[in-house]
Amino acid sequence: MPTFSQVAVGDSIPAADFPITRLNLVQYCGASGDFNYIHWSESFANAVGLPGVISHGMFTMAEACRVVTDWIGDPGQLCEYSVRFTRPVAVPDDLVGTVLSVSGTVAEKLDDNRVKVDLTATCKGETVLGRAYAIVRLP
Amino acid sequence: MALNPDFVGRTYPPVGTYQVGREKIREFATAIGDSNPLFHDVDAASAAGYADVIAPPTFAFALAFKTMLSVVSDPELGLDYSRVVHGEEKFIYARPIVAGDDLVVSSVIDNIRAAAGNDMITVRSDIATVAGEHVVTTYSLTVARGTA
Repeated sequence: MPTFSQVAVGDSIPAADFPITRLNLVQYCGASGDFNYIHWSESFANAVGLPGVISHGMFTMAEACRVVTDWIGDPGQLCEYSVRFTRPVAVPDDLVGTVLSVSGTVAEKLDDNRVKVDLTATCKGETVLGRAYAIVRLP
Repeated sequence: MALNPDFVGRTYPPVGTYQVGREKIREFATAIGDSNPLFHDVDAASAAGYADVIAPPTFAFALAFKTMLSVVSDPELGLDYSRVVHGEEKFIYARPIVAGDDLVVSSVIDNIRAAAGNDMITVRSDIATVAGEHVVTTYSLTVARGTA
């Protein structure tokens, strides 16, 4: 785990790629209780004007969080986590799906050993989360 | 159709207790593909100072979601649920959710507005133990596309 004194504003935290397939969405439906048709029914998603079945925003948010919690080790040291869902993440029905790429940068050092990390999440080269940040407490 | 502005400030007291199960946490962590040992292994969680496995940070939404569903599907509110997508989400944590917690969710409608043809509603949910210890607060912005 990094310590507060070790990190500096501008530091990058380790980035990661997260594949997302239809299986992940079905599994997340069950685990989260969010069975909205747009996350598993292509015809429904198309009928309401979406580019096909899309990821749960909360699934995307959960994946993006992993670069932060993997960096600090103890997810219990997360103080705040916030995102805007700016673009739907379409997940094609081809067993390959799509890939979410997440990176983070130390944006600010706060009081009480807390650090703000700004996150960037892209899918097929387009940003899918806006104003995404996490505040963590470091030893 | 514009949303009913009278709903701003409306509160939703807890409906029952949510008992956080160890296997539910493992199921959720597995669903998001996260193998962090603190979500799965009691000994690892214990070594980190927790009474049991802890929940992934976004698990809190699964609790708030139950209340949100009843809010956004209230016919008096006038939200077209078929047009709904998630707009924003924020968590403020006092501590992680731990297996064995008995939690209650209290929600309030923080804000209702319309912009760019969309209806938007923000629901704040405070999640606390039955003993009154604050655990996490969630802010969820729901957007109904093209309904305003």
